[in-house]
Amino acid sequence: MPRSMDFKQALPLQCGTVLSEYTLAYETYGTLNTNASNAVLVCHALNASHHVAGVYADQPHNIGWWDNMIGPGKPLDTDRFFVICINNLGGCHGSTGPLSINPQTEQPWGGHFPMITVEDWVDAQARLADAIGIQQFAAVMGGSLGAMQALAWSIRYPSRLRHSIVIACAPNLSAQNIAFNEVARQAIMTDPDFYDGDYQQHSSAPKRGLRVARMVGHITYLSDDEMAHKFGRQLKQGDPKYTFASEFEIESYLRHQGDKFADYFDANTYLRITKALDYFDPAHAHGDNLTQAMASVEAAVLVISFTTDWRFAPARSREIVRALIDNRSRVSYAEIDAPHGHDAFLLTDSRYHQLVSRYFARIESELKP
Amino acid sequence: MIINVPTQRADFAAIAQWITRDTHVLDLGCGDGTLLHYLQSTRNVTGYGVEIDDHNVLACVNNGINVIQSDLEQGLAEFADHSFDYVVLSQTLQAMRNSERIMQEMLRVGRAGIITFPNFGYWKNRLQVLSGGMPVSQNLPYAWYDTPNIHHCTIADFEAFCAARNIHILARTVLTNGETVRLWPNFYGELAVYHFGG
Repeated sequence: MPRSMDFKQALPLQCGTVLSEYTLAYETYGTLNTNASNAVLVCHALNASHHVAGVYADQPHNIGWWDNMIGPGKPLDTDRFFVICINNLGGCHGSTGPLSINPQTEQPWGGHFPMITVEDWVDAQARLADAIGIQQFAAVMGGSLGAMQALAWSIRYPSRLRHSIVIACAPNLSAQNIAFNEVARQAIMTDPDFYDGDYQQHSSAPKRGLRVARMVGHITYLSDDEMAHKFGRQLKQGDPKYTFASEFEIESYLRHQGDKFADYFDANTYLRITKALDYFDPAHAHGDNLTQAMASVEAAVLVISFTTDWRFAPARSREIVRALIDNRSRVSYAEIDAPHGHDAFLLTDSRYHQLVSRYFARIESELKP
Repeated sequence: MIINVPTQRADFAAIAQWITRDTHVLDLGCGDGTLLHYLQSTRNVTGYGVEIDDHNVLACVNNGINVIQSDLEQGLAEFADHSFDYVVLSQTLQAMRNSERIMQEMLRVGRAGIITFPNFGYWKNRLQVLSGGMPVSQNLPYAWYDTPNIHHCTIADFEAFCAARNIHILARTVLTNGETVRLWPNFYGELAVYHFGG
């Protein structure tokens, strides 16, 4: 069941703004043991929410976004671990975000919602952990942007987690990554329905922009081979029609993904999440020295990458691994040979799932009864 | 821990004799992590294994060994200069394409190297070659057509190789059936274990 918690203690953000009060939506699975040592925090990526596994009783088709990984008997076994996932601050699934009312103005935050960073999310998550009595997580785990949070946890709160599981990650975004994000943002911000982010007051939403933004994103989640395999040059109906209608299968796929996304996601949230990705760079404050940035890490870290992921390529994961090795930290690294590109972290692959499953078995063996 | 001691290979004790307590060790081609586990429990070492095979990576994770999935043929880019006390290459040299490069990389990354390989000059191997066939034995369990071993060498070959490249052999142990061989090691020795530095 989804829950939420209100926080009255102000949260200082990296951008300099202070959020005087906020709400976090979250979900938990499994049972916290008596000494609260079996808690695992799962951090979500760009478009996901706190609904990470299972279904709601009244919504049997609304399956959690990482349901193949998390649940009873699954690699992260909720019969053994207490799993918690929190909708990130600035999100649009129940936590305080641009759709919420700004208590100062009693208007929706809209375009005035502050810029949020990965570190801000982690700080907010830590407060929720305090509130439910979890001093130290058995593990913090995530893929993609979620993995950046798992990494930030290990740097920022070294004693509050024993393991960090960092999947399909990068220590910062490349210029190419930022470029794709900027195209997505421009698509949203140049939509006439954007109104500088205050579209709610105009009873409107920049759906066309958000749709294009999502289409750009989807291109980067798949490998070239996977796209060729799934769609190739297939036309929906045998012969070319020489029109701009959706003719190629890939066009129809992207349009469908864009439409679906624009219906449930908030454009202001999307803008801020892409900026959080762009700004994430723990080495920056250390003269671009990642080894120094990660010197504080105490957790054992499992880093996993996928061979065909060109958005966050294995070489980027290896930068993280190298920094940990330089610090003599405990780290294991696996490179999964999977054809699906960045999306592979969400898909079922026996080598990948076995690895996570064994790693959690090892974590479980360290739990004090 | 599921590793059981009796399955240890004969060269592990020979490798461990040169490894002092509380040191930092890199084990190249670490398999399921048995050697590192042995060194952790007998010498309190820290370190990592490097392994390319998915099943071995999984076994290392299972055994609680820090493992880095990587191809040794590509060098040791993840590891900084002189960041380990010892770099171990156990029964892998003969299977590598870039034998020379890996030796250089071992000495770049480690203060000392430890290497083990089956001695092709062992008399049983010589006998098999003399009788017209490629050697097959417990230490060389492959037929010519399916062996991963592409760079076999003898003790004499290896020492000449090191001498020509200013690689200093610090110590050597030669084993047959787990027993140390002192007489004519290139003839009576089945397995060579070397401790070397730059």
